[in-house]
Amino acid sequence: MNGPSLTEPRFVRWGLIAVTLVYLGIFLVIPLAAVFVKALEKGVGVYWAAVSDPAALSAIRLTLTTAAIAVPLNMLFGLAASWAIAKFEFRGKQILMTLIDVPFSVSPVISGMIFVLLFGAQGLLGPWLVAHNLKIIFAVPGIVLATVFVTFPFVARELIPLMEAQGSEEEEAAVTLGANGWQTFWRVTLPNVKWGLLYGVILCNARAMGEFGAVSVVSGHIRGMTNTLPLHVEILYNEYQFSAAFAVASLLCLLALVTLAAKSLVERKVRVGKEAA
Amino acid sequence: MTRSISPALKAQRVLPGFRLTMGFTLLYLSLIVLIPLSMIVLKTSTLSWAQFWSAVASPRAMASYRLSLGASLVGAMMNVLFGSVVAWALVRYDFPAKRFMDGLVDLPFALPTAVAGIAMTTLYAPNGWVGRYFHALGIPVAYTWLGIVVVLTFIGLPFVVRTVEPVIQDLDAAVEEAASSLGANRWQAIRRVILPELLPALLTGFALSFARGLGEYGSVIFIAGNMPMRTEITPLLIMIKLEQFDYAGATAIALVFLVVSFGLLLGVNVLQRRLRK
Repeated sequence: MNGPSLTEPRFVRWGLIAVTLVYLGIFLVIPLAAVFVKALEKGVGVYWAAVSDPAALSAIRLTLTTAAIAVPLNMLFGLAASWAIAKFEFRGKQILMTLIDVPFSVSPVISGMIFVLLFGAQGLLGPWLVAHNLKIIFAVPGIVLATVFVTFPFVARELIPLMEAQGSEEEEAAVTLGANGWQTFWRVTLPNVKWGLLYGVILCNARAMGEFGAVSVVSGHIRGMTNTLPLHVEILYNEYQFSAAFAVASLLCLLALVTLAAKSLVERKVRVGKEAA
Repeated sequence: MTRSISPALKAQRVLPGFRLTMGFTLLYLSLIVLIPLSMIVLKTSTLSWAQFWSAVASPRAMASYRLSLGASLVGAMMNVLFGSVVAWALVRYDFPAKRFMDGLVDLPFALPTAVAGIAMTTLYAPNGWVGRYFHALGIPVAYTWLGIVVVLTFIGLPFVVRTVEPVIQDLDAAVEEAASSLGANRWQAIRRVILPELLPALLTGFALSFARGLGEYGSVIFIAGNMPMRTEITPLLIMIKLEQFDYAGATAIALVFLVVSFGLLLGVNVLQRRLRK
């Protein structure tokens, strides 16, 4: 590797490193630092007031509730889909996998819009919902639905390749030895994929708590009612309460940093699991 | 059923749970993704051809397509150029804070888009940390086309780095050695041997970054200024039409937009398969 012509001349190496540091510095480090600096610019008192404001607390509660519904649902789906796809052969498998990925290539605004078309007052089921006094759009169920849609593929697309790489010999052995399906799943499959599952859940959770566009369409921005944390940031910012906006944003930044740390920890475990397979 | 089950089929069906998991997968996929998405086609089909055309080809819509396509294209090209340098430096060289920087590359995936939006807008405003230098040069960034490019570059940053990194890691050192022992200088080796190997990954990263930029909403609306005909991206136009209860118009534009994004990704997939051969 260290032969004279197998790496670049020293000035090229330093040049490329400098470009890397400047590029990542400008696009990642400075924006991240800016959020915390702006959040604390007017002192800890203002910061604390912003994050303990009743509207902020209710936004935190709604964001946690939404993630607590959306993440387990998509986790359940991810486990079912990866079992069906990785352990069995059937026609149309490729099409099914493409369809599972579709929500990733739909713009967030369109992701929210489709639920308005379905459940909104002018929507397909709108009249029926009104007649039964049910509210989905501009209410919490709409926010949850839009979040489930945008985070739909995360767990499945992590588990499918992992389960395919691991094959099904171990499960077949368990079944042959008399284990039933649930026992096989709990004692053989789940321990084998637990790190991959956790990885998918971490990514799913980050997106569920941070989603803005899709949720913005279906929320109606009712303060204290249908405001999630990212929407609360927008409202504060548009009211020129910059310090408060950045204070609430810094909570989301911390979430992102915890996500990145957890992700790189789990990534190593997943790699070990894949190599062992 | 008892007469002739082919051995292959029998071996596959040792494991239980196919019907349960497949049934749940299809049901959940239909309820969350397929039925809501089909509303776009259903709603658009209520328009006459003339109504459809006047919605999707209005001067305002055309201006928004141009802006969205153009800004996403420039952002994705920035990421191909600098992202490949970043990936190369992260894999091949050693430098201070390398592990930290490597972990931080995924920040745009983890950071809620609204937070990225307000951070970038504050940085690039005429009195911001970065914007003041551009302002001194007479180049306004925030509330212009350039600001949109900046946030779309941020949003797409991880895609090229993360698709190219593993390919650089797996490059066969023997090929580089052969090139150099056959008398190629380093630049020739990079251009003739390494770059062709990286091309499919670069293309994938480009397409993912481009597609993500096209649909992006949360981060752009803060920095764009949102002037109709000038700095109004297509997802924002869809949002505005929804707020005006022009659901049919919003849906028609969304349909065009979806077809363009899917078409792009499909085209790149086909191109990639050809390059691999």
